[in-house]
Amino acid sequence: MDLGPLQTLIHFAYVFAAALFVVGLHMMNSPVSARRGNLISAFGMAVAVVVTAVQLIVLGSPVTERVEGLAWPIIIAGTAIGGGLGWYSARKVKMTAMPQLVSIFNAVGGGAAGLIAIEDYWTAVQTGHADVWPSLFVVAGSILGAVAFSGSVIATGKLQGFISGAPIMFPGHRLLTAALALVAVGGTVALILGALGVINVAGLELVILAAIVLAALAFGVTMVMPIGGADMPVVISLLNSGTGLAAAFAGLVLLNPVLIIAGALVGASGAILTKLMADAMNRSVLNVMLGGFGGGAAGGAAAGGATGNVREVAVDDVAIQLAYAQKVIIVPGYGLAVAQAQHAVRELAELLEQRGVEVSYAIHPVAGRMPGHMNVLLAEANVPYQQLREMEEVNPEFARTDVALVIGANDVTNPAARSNPQSPIYGMPILDVDAARSIVVIKRSMAAGYAGIDNELFLDPKTGMFFADARQGLTDLVASVKLL
Amino acid sequence: MTFELVAALTIFILAVLVGFEVISKVPATLHTPLMSGANSIHGIVLVGSMLIAATANEPLSQLIAFVAVIFAAMNVVGGYVVTDRMLQMFKRRPAAVPTPAETGQEAGGEG
Repeated sequence: MDLGPLQTLIHFAYVFAAALFVVGLHMMNSPVSARRGNLISAFGMAVAVVVTAVQLIVLGSPVTERVEGLAWPIIIAGTAIGGGLGWYSARKVKMTAMPQLVSIFNAVGGGAAGLIAIEDYWTAVQTGHADVWPSLFVVAGSILGAVAFSGSVIATGKLQGFISGAPIMFPGHRLLTAALALVAVGGTVALILGALGVINVAGLELVILAAIVLAALAFGVTMVMPIGGADMPVVISLLNSGTGLAAAFAGLVLLNPVLIIAGALVGASGAILTKLMADAMNRSVLNVMLGGFGGGAAGGAAAGGATGNVREVAVDDVAIQLAYAQKVIIVPGYGLAVAQAQHAVRELAELLEQRGVEVSYAIHPVAGRMPGHMNVLLAEANVPYQQLREMEEVNPEFARTDVALVIGANDVTNPAARSNPQSPIYGMPILDVDAARSIVVIKRSMAAGYAGIDNELFLDPKTGMFFADARQGLTDLVASVKLL
Repeated sequence: MTFELVAALTIFILAVLVGFEVISKVPATLHTPLMSGANSIHGIVLVGSMLIAATANEPLSQLIAFVAVIFAAMNVVGGYVVTDRMLQMFKRRPAAVPTPAETGQEAGGEG
């Protein structure tokens, strides 16, 4: 097949856009070049969209060589509405709610990929071109897109608190999940056998596709429900990878190079990233996806066990301890992110610094709601970057620290990860908070952390427990330190 | 299988391999921005949405295309903007920072 000069140019412009995605994504491996990498990737996206517009204006659809009457209003109005919504929400969202927003963007991306697949299949059936390969790609694309859509919506709900962050399961849950998967796979097989001419599904194709899509949507829900809120980043990353693959499958049907390359790129890199994120929590991806972590036996044991000698401290005592210390390390965790206490903590740190206290922050790799989230939150609260210390760098310093102030962190400070081979978190890298001369833990209650196990740090004689919501507790501390 | 499909599948497989290699040894700090950045790239479905809009010739098809374009555009624009916002936070690096001067200026402004 001979392509005309313009068609050739368009093809290579697509390849150029895809190359920009590869380069951009690669540059995002390092903090130095990350922002430029994102801009390069955005430029690639602009190239791809403009090239597609040129294709449609000059040559028309690659399939029909023309453009239907309503196409431009649909494209222009849709882009304006969607782009506006995306722009507004991305600019306005609070940094603490950012993980939910990423999940929403993944949901709509997956939804779009699924809709493209459905529309492609419908067109193929109408024109009698529902051949084996295109059928396989559209069905795979619609399944992945639908799972990514509903799964990401549930993930968003869990992060936002619309749905309980706790693992939710009902009797027969796994059975239902398996049955839904079976419906999707069975429907796919039926459509492929139909396309091969082995069985006759004429007239039923769209009904079968609808059943597949509905099963996939429900599967996304039952898959994410049993997974705890703190594991959502891994889930979102996995669904993100699925959306990428769905986009690639759409590209294989439309035979569009930029869709294929960009989709495959995200599918593969997303899978690697999912593994990296799970590794940072010392978990396997499978372990995360099976869900229910910390429920059941471990949770029950913790509820009965956390009754050791806890030393409770009052706000004024903590304020004095901090104000007269030489060196304080703040250990922010999930609880700080949830309570949106990042500004309050910065205020406290500044007050202490004015009094000559050396303050730094110890950031565990998985602190916050997502890896790296804590850095973003603290940076947003104008905490100087050089005060944020990574785990390996800060751990030796705890020994010469007067007060380690743990705010809403639990499992990442649990010495059991070092000392108790029976502990579920044994082997997870932790912050050596217990090496500090004294420890203050701001926490709402003695409730077990995400892993559902006791933290012997809280029973340490050096530890004072300051029971408060992270933000309220810090605000009280600030007021108290000011009075000294 | 047509020649076009064979070529397309070849591209697909090579791109998957590139995707596996393009991410390596990322500091945990960058996991979230990187995920968000990859998330914006699958906004490429906007191209697919535009292509199906071009051939949509009945109300239901047009509705599907319209929703797909809205979704995809939201993915693209929102994804890149929020990633950029996250990465803005990293612009001050420990080594290169003239932060004392910055804070000095701020203090001066207040005074």
